[in-house]
Order: sequence, then structure tokens, then C-alpha cells
Amino acid sequence: MASTITKTPPKARPKHLDLFSIRLPLPGILSIMHRISGAALFLFLPLLLWLLDRSLDTEIGYDQVRSYMSLWIVKIVLIGLLYGFMHHFCAGIRYLFLDMHKGIDLPQARMSAAIVYFVSIPLTVIAAWLLFF
Amino acid sequence: MTTNRIIVGAHYGLRDWLGQRVTAVLMALYAILLAVVLLVKKPGDYLAWFNVFSPIWMKVATLVFLASLFYHAWVGMRDIWMDYVKPTGVRLVLEVLTIVYLVACGMWALKIFV
Repeated sequence: MASTITKTPPKARPKHLDLFSIRLPLPGILSIMHRISGAALFLFLPLLLWLLDRSLDTEIGYDQVRSYMSLWIVKIVLIGLLYGFMHHFCAGIRYLFLDMHKGIDLPQARMSAAIVYFVSIPLTVIAAWLLFF
Repeated sequence: MTTNRIIVGAHYGLRDWLGQRVTAVLMALYAILLAVVLLVKKPGDYLAWFNVFSPIWMKVATLVFLASLFYHAWVGMRDIWMDYVKPTGVRLVLEVLTIVYLVACGMWALKIFV
């Protein structure tokens, strides 16, 4: 703790934050998607709680929720949220493995990111199919 | 200095990081449980749907899931505010709004399942 620290004047670090010219690698896209999907699920919590509340409360409420769910705008929002959930779920499991230092070298990390994309779409399709048909 | 920190010790800034991961595992387990229950019971009308959530263990599991969700969302949203919102006052307002929003959602969840 008693070591002397020689201070150098802070140099302006080179910054490059032009988001439109940075080509984000696949794990990077996954990372920002994880954040966007999480924020979207957060913002739509009241809608989901409301649908759950109404559908469990009374039979009339249940029928109401069923009829709302036949509207295309509700369908699109729910399918979007289902995809957000599946993506967040799969990417989250990947992050848990990365936290345990499993699959942290670049080829493996790229491969697992690709798997997350590859798996979350069919999962969404299956869940949406079961929900609406 | 930083080598002998333990998870159950005093807080080193590790608590929320770990809490987010523990809640993630709990939520993942619940998601799998719910998917299995729905696939087995295939609720097609009000009574069947109601009965999915009527056993006491399912109510408890669902409330644990929702509590995990609200804590997990708090850590995640706070990370977002910390990364993109720099002025302290604005960030504080957003953090308070996030807490109020999540507590309100929690009250609503209690109303549904208690």
C-alpha cells in the first residue's frame, strides 16, 4: 500500500463509438439483444399480469382474454414477447455457463451464440403455436 | 487483497451480481415446470386453466418465480440506467420509478395468487 505511484497526465483515449460503422460480432449482437429483450419484458409486465389476472379471476374474464388474444395486434405483441422471453432464456443459460468459465474461448463463444439464435426461434414458434391454436 | 472474498461474507459488490444469477436459475426452473404442467394438462377452458394455478405448491412456485423476476429485473434495469444515464439526478429518478413500478407489480402478483 505504501508504494509510490507516479502520476502521468491523463491522455485522451481514442474512442470510436460510431454505432453505424461498428460491425458487432455475433456474441455482441446477442449481448445487446439480451438487454433489449429484458427491457421489453420489463416494460410489458403490466400487460402480462393483467392478462393473467383477468383470465384467472372469472370465467367472463377468461373469455375476454381469449377474445383479446384473437386480435392481431395482441397476437403480434405476445409473439414478440414470447420471442423476447425465449431469446433471453437461452442467452441467459449461455451466460450462466460463461460465468462458470465454460465455453469462453472465441470459437466456442461464437458457436454458442449462434446456437442461441438457432434454438430460440423454433421454441418461439412452438410456444406461439400452442398458445394460439 | 481481492483473492479471499467469499460469497456469504460482507458485501463486496457481488451480492446483486450473484442474486441476478440465482434468480435466473430459479426462473428457468419455473419456466420448465410451467411448460411441463401446461403440456401435460393442456388447459382448454376456464376451469382447467384455473386448476393449473390452484394447487398450493403451484401458487408458491409462481410467487417465488415472480419475486425472483422482480429482483432480477431490478438488477438488470439498474445496470441499464447505470450504463446509459450519466446525470445522477436523472438516474436516481429512473431508479426510484423502477422500484415503484416493480413493487406495484409485486403487489398485483400478490393480489392474483394469495
